[in-house]
Formats: sequence, C-alpha cells, structure tokens
Amino acid sequence: MSGFGTLLYKELLRFWKVAFQTVAAPVLTTLLYLLIFSHVMQGQARVYDAVPYSAFLVPGLVMMAVLQNAFANSSSSLIQSKITGNIIFMLLPPLSYWDFFAAYVLASVVRGVVVGVGVLLVSLGFVGLSFEHPLWIIAFAVAGSAILGTMGLIAGIWAEKFDQVAAFQGFVIMPLTFLSGVFYSIHSLPAFWQGLSRFNPFFYMIDGFRYGFFGVSDINPVLSLGIAGASLLLLTAVTLALLKRGYKLRH
Amino acid sequence: MTPAIQIRQVHKRFGAVQALAGIDLEVAPGEFFGLLGPNGAGKTTLINILAGLARADSGSVRIMGHDVIADYRESRRALGVVPQELVFDPFFSVRETLHLQSGYFGLRHNDAWIDEVMHHLDLTGKADANMRSLSGGMKRRVLVAQALVHKPPVIVLDEPTAGVDVELRQGLWEFVRGLNRDGHTIVLTTHYLEEAETLCARIAMLKQGRIVALDTTNNLVNRLDNLYLKLRIAGAALPAALAARVRDSHDPVHTLCLRSYAEVEGVLAQVREAGARIEELELLQPDLEDVFVQIMNREERREVGAEALLPSSRLAIPGSPQR
Repeated sequence: MSGFGTLLYKELLRFWKVAFQTVAAPVLTTLLYLLIFSHVMQGQARVYDAVPYSAFLVPGLVMMAVLQNAFANSSSSLIQSKITGNIIFMLLPPLSYWDFFAAYVLASVVRGVVVGVGVLLVSLGFVGLSFEHPLWIIAFAVAGSAILGTMGLIAGIWAEKFDQVAAFQGFVIMPLTFLSGVFYSIHSLPAFWQGLSRFNPFFYMIDGFRYGFFGVSDINPVLSLGIAGASLLLLTAVTLALLKRGYKLRH
Repeated sequence: MTPAIQIRQVHKRFGAVQALAGIDLEVAPGEFFGLLGPNGAGKTTLINILAGLARADSGSVRIMGHDVIADYRESRRALGVVPQELVFDPFFSVRETLHLQSGYFGLRHNDAWIDEVMHHLDLTGKADANMRSLSGGMKRRVLVAQALVHKPPVIVLDEPTAGVDVELRQGLWEFVRGLNRDGHTIVLTTHYLEEAETLCARIAMLKQGRIVALDTTNNLVNRLDNLYLKLRIAGAALPAALAARVRDSHDPVHTLCLRSYAEVEGVLAQVREAGARIEELELLQPDLEDVFVQIMNREERREVGAEALLPSSRLAIPGSPQR
C-alpha cells in the first residue's frame, strides 16, 4: 500500500474500531431529534406545500449528522494524536502534506456518509421519503462532508488542547448547523434572519441536499453546489498552506 | 564517502531561547556515535531537526546525502528515530502498529521483516495485544521496532533506556550493537555516561546549543591524565597538607586527585607521617563522567568570565524546551 493508502486505512480503522461510539451513537441521537421535533412541530412549522414536516425534517437531520460527524472525525483524530504524541508516527515517514490532507479528509467523508446513510435508513422506518434526484443527494453529501472534514483538520491543527476543539465545535460548527435550515425553511423566517442565513455556507449544503429528495428548494441547487465547491476550494487552500508550513505540527 | 549525517551551521531559536547556536557535525557511516549533554542542551531539538519534526532557522542537515527539507522523502527513508517519550496509539495492537508504520513508508510485503523485528525484540508473544495493555518496557520495544520497519541505514535513539529495567537495557544494547555490526549507523543520547562510554566510539558533548567537546571516547577519557587515590584511614585525620588534593571526602574515606602514579608514594608517606594508618586503598582511573563534569564546569567558568567582560551579553539561557 502507498503511504497515503495506509494513512487513509488507519483513519478508517480508527473510527470503525469504535463504531458504537462513532456511528451508532450519532444515528440514535439523530433519530431522537426526528421523533421529538416531528411530534412537536408537525402542523406548526410552515415548509413546502406538498411536503409534510416530518419528511422535510429527515434530509436536514441526515445532512446535519453527515456534517457533524465529518468534522468530529478529522478534528478528534488529529487532536488525540497531537496530545498523546503519536502524531510523530505520521510525521517521521515520507508522507507529503497532500497525502496527509487527502487521507484525513477522505476518512471524514466516509465517516460522514456512513453515519448519514445509517440515519436515513433508520428514518425510512418512520417517514416516507421521495428520492427525486439521487445524484444531487450524493454530490451534496460528499461536498458537505469534505468541507467539514477540512474544517476539522484546521481545528485539529490549530488546537493544542481538547477543549479548544470542543470550543470550535460549540461556537462555530453548532451555530452554523442549527441556523442553516435543518429544522425549518428559511422562508418561514423574518426578512432579517432570512438575509443573514444566506451568508451561512451550511444553509446551501442543506438546501441543495434537500433538493435531491423533493425536487424543490429555496435556492437553485446549481448555485448551492457552486457555493459549496468554492468554500471547499478555499478551505483546502488554507489547510494545504498550513500543512506545507508545518504550522503547529513541525516546530 | 558520503557522511551518514552531515550538519552544517544549524541554528534554532524558540522565542527568546537559543536552542541551537551553530552546530557543525559529521557522523560517518557505520559509526556508533554518542550525543551527550545536560537537560536543555539541545540534543532532542537537534534530533527533531534531523527527523523533520522541527525545522532549523538556518543551516543545513543531510542524512545519507539527502537534504532533510528539499529531499525529505529520501532522507526520512534513510532515518529511523526512537523518540524519547513513550508514545503509542491506543487504537491498535502491536502488529497493527508495525504494519501501519511500514505502510507509511510505502512498503509492501514487509511481513517477514516485521516478524523478524518482533522476534528479536521479544514482542512476538504480544503481537496481537493492544498497545494500551503493554508495560512501559514493552512499549519502548515497540518504539524501537517502529523505527526499524523500513530498515533505515541511520538509527537515532533518544534516551532509549530512560526508566527501563536492567534486563531490558542489556537486551536492547545487545540488539543495537548487532545492528551496528550489520553496518547501521547509530546515534545515541543518554544520561547514563557508563553506557555511552562502553557503546560509543565517538562522542559529542552539547551545552546550551553548542558542541563543547567532540572526540573519540578514548581520547576524551584520556584527556584527564590524572588519577584518583581512594583511602580509608584510621588513627589520625588527613593531614592538612593534602587538603588541596581532596576531591571527595566522607571521613574516614577520602578520594584524592593525583597527577601521576609517581605521586602515590609521597602521598602515602605524608599520611603515615601524620600518624594515620591506611586500612583500605584503591586507585581509580577517571571515567567519562569525570570528563563530562569537567567539561561542563569549564564551560560554566568560561561563560561567567565572558559575562564579566561583557555585561550586556546574554550567554547563559537555562532551560531550553525539550521538544
């Protein structure tokens, strides 16, 4: 196996060995969101005319699980390696910064998608869904998890302690996800909040993802995918620059 | 012949601390080389720069002729590092750890060698045990095995015997000696100067980021041409005339410093004339530890002198970081 292949395999093996915590637990949590929110909000929230609230909610929750788990995978793996010191096992071999980047982000994509598929399958036992444009579903799941995997990598590189990663998650990732339209359509918001939501890149990921299921969305999915793609490119450039310099990894 | 390690004018600063202040050093292929110095002298920083874990502010480092920055893939393939700290990945077993490490170097079909390394380091019985369950000594062996998975020609061991029991220490040195006999270049840092004296053919002593001594172990030990006379006396105190020679005194045992064997007679006569009886007597050759202490003290005096001349200069900066 190549150095890159080995690092990818190691990252996959790492979360798979604790799949109960990294896959099963997030699926259960998301399922609880689905049951409680759909019970409380059914008939209260105004979404698309032809789509019942519980069906509307499922893609949002799936995408939320994809994003959060992609972030958790790269950030926690890297910060654990830094704090325990075993990061040197990856810094001593002739791995390039590209290898390093691609392996961590791809593993995050896999974890995000695996959890997302898990949530989706379980949800189908409770809620009927349509799959209008499966390719859009896949495209947004991959783009979204890659973006969050990259953000997790940045957080892991930057942080020196576990609580700094937790702060990144709590003060950046959580607000951006919850305010992105997971639980509501932004058309139900007052104009000010509607306008503000458009500056949140997570909003486009969830909106585009939902388009894949229902064939309707707040924003043209081509634009949403473009925005997601541009965000990914920008974050990739930042991360590669950090890795190339050895920022906080090679002193 | 291309040196195994070539270090030229390496400087490294951490904030206000000058960790390395112009290191020049060459280690030839097949050498067993010792890097000694007190804590904070810059040993680990220098090793980290060899390994690419840290970057020099200026200067160049080559491993087997490959620059550690421009040619990092080749230089890292040529180098195996056993780190000072007992690090491990708790997710994996011993065998998985070694397989992954081998894979990071892009090696396929390396199982035979991995099995051999595990066998030599007595790890075979623990191959499928999780890293968490291993004792400190076992974890240390895994670190050695990890440094060897890619058969590097140059091996650096950063204090491999710190906190390791006697048996493992002996076994480890036997193994490392075997590697050296097979042609591997070995660089070793240790606080056990006896180990360095028996193992290393050549030694560099570091202090505050500078090399303060660099010579063969023999020459270093012979540098002190004095010897020590250890006496246990009774009947009277040590005569005052010998006070200047005392190196160490725990009444009634005194260790005196002599310049040559010719002085033994005279000293014994003085003791006798003072009315003391000699109960035990031992002549001691200076060892590496004496040389080390002398060199480090000499450097200290030199700094104090320099500071007195140049009050504004800042020479002694204690406690440089270890990683």
